[in-house]
Amino acid sequence: MTELPPSEVPPSELPSSGNQVLVAVSDLTKHYGPIRAVDSITFEVRRGDVLAFLGPNGAGKTTAMKMITGFLEPDAGRVEVCGGMMTPAAIGLRRRIGYLPENAPAYGEMTVEAFLDFIADVRELPQPKKAVTAVIERTGLAEVRHQSIETLSKGYKRRVGLAQALIHDPEVLILDEPTDGLDPNQKKMIQDLIANLSSDRSIILSTHILDEAERVCNRAMILSRGKILVDSTPAELVTRAPDHNVVRIGFVDRPPDGVVGRLNDTRWCESAAMLEDGRLEIRPRDGQNCLAEVLELLGPCAISDVDVHQGRLDDLFREVTQGVAA
Amino acid sequence: MSAQLAERGGMTVQLAGLGAVLRRELRGYFSSPLGYIFVVIFLVMSGFLMVSRDFGRFLELREANLDPLFTYLPWVLVVLVPAVSMRLWAEERKSGTVELLLTLPVTLEGTYLGKYLAGWTFLGLSILLTWPAVFQVARLGDPDWGAILCSYLAALLTAGAYLAVGMLFSALSKNQIVAFILGGAASVLFLLVGLPQSQQAIGRWLGPYAEELLGSLSLVDHFESMTRGLIEARTLGFFVLFTGAWLVGGMLVLRHTKTS
Repeated sequence: MTELPPSEVPPSELPSSGNQVLVAVSDLTKHYGPIRAVDSITFEVRRGDVLAFLGPNGAGKTTAMKMITGFLEPDAGRVEVCGGMMTPAAIGLRRRIGYLPENAPAYGEMTVEAFLDFIADVRELPQPKKAVTAVIERTGLAEVRHQSIETLSKGYKRRVGLAQALIHDPEVLILDEPTDGLDPNQKKMIQDLIANLSSDRSIILSTHILDEAERVCNRAMILSRGKILVDSTPAELVTRAPDHNVVRIGFVDRPPDGVVGRLNDTRWCESAAMLEDGRLEIRPRDGQNCLAEVLELLGPCAISDVDVHQGRLDDLFREVTQGVAA
Repeated sequence: MSAQLAERGGMTVQLAGLGAVLRRELRGYFSSPLGYIFVVIFLVMSGFLMVSRDFGRFLELREANLDPLFTYLPWVLVVLVPAVSMRLWAEERKSGTVELLLTLPVTLEGTYLGKYLAGWTFLGLSILLTWPAVFQVARLGDPDWGAILCSYLAALLTAGAYLAVGMLFSALSKNQIVAFILGGAASVLFLLVGLPQSQQAIGRWLGPYAEELLGSLSLVDHFESMTRGLIEARTLGFFVLFTGAWLVGGMLVLRHTKTS
């Protein structure tokens, strides 16, 4: 029997994906004219991973996603999904991917239900009506199921986009800015939905909202100018933020004499200084929590407030991406 | 629908998505007022040209044939078919749904042909709605039914050819108006090369071979030969090759423009 290339192998016959890698990207590169939109990126995403692509506009997030879904052909490198190589002819692999393109495009003149019926028809689902009903329930679209998509609010339109991406219960979910432009309630609803989906599949989402990455994802990548600058967990990224574990102390009266000098002489203090508002700021060396050492050094004195700053992904994001842009 | 079209250099051309796209597009024609407006305009225009004293003179001639209808049908279609074809890809590209569609488990060929066949079916149904004219000629005398059937087949093939031309320009431009103008202009060109004046002018400038070559590309000549009741292999071959070439060209264009 002739062995089929990976892209032609029916999904049911592809290697079982256990806990292993569902998306493998190696040396992926794409040019738009002279611009390198994606510059030789390599990474893997495992089942259960929710990976956030973070990065400024033009960082290459959307282009990378378009190549992973097979919409764009890379200039170099390869994408493997569920063990098969993604090519324009890889129909079987596309059945295993759910994709929400940027701005959640949909056929506006169709009703929500007719649109999802069409998607179920294209995907040749064995029980299309059941799948449509289930995904309408799951994404909270029941009350607008007979409404035409063009008349829906932005939040509902985004849910319709998510519904079409989820209708076949895919193993790999690619979401391009799923909450962009939504109000806080709508954002939370979509984020909760994504968080509930994450256990048995791989999800890659792009976002500008760093809180979203912290809230929904267990892994985050910062991209800039087509390159991966950072690949870590949101929690670990926070520890790399410039203000992580910076201590700020307010005093009822005034700080003890000579405290700034004594702090600067310690080996765990990077720098200490009085702020304009009268508070003392201590930056620890290597981002270590130094609150106990600070309090011990201050001794008995009247403290009005203590703040240990956790650091913000925004600050790290700015530091990392502006460094590249400079 | 997942079908295999042909083996091409060892590669199989798959038509995944053809059936679903065909069904969606067909429903789209009949679920929006635009489809019905098109049908009404088509019937009014072709009916007007058929009975007008300056054109078909059907009421004056009172002959049992449909020449007054079919003589002007290519000119009606050349204006109206680009109105059908202009949105087929331009709208998908402008709204971004092309990205959604082509990342579903479909092939570009399957979706392209699905849209084409839906448009062609819609045009075919519009053409068939001229059936009252057939009843009228049957009342007037004993018409040549073979010629009438051939005329309808010719109209169907001509509409299909124009649709293939218009679809290429719809794949080329995101702007529906631009797609309409370019599709209409290209279709008119293939009509004009069939006019005797055009052929004589081409013959004078480029010689008899060019005249013959361009004449063979004339839609009017092939259309008229069929309306006389003749179905020749070269005529059918012309329509198949002409339409097929524009469809393949359109697919190649879309492959390049889908991401822009």
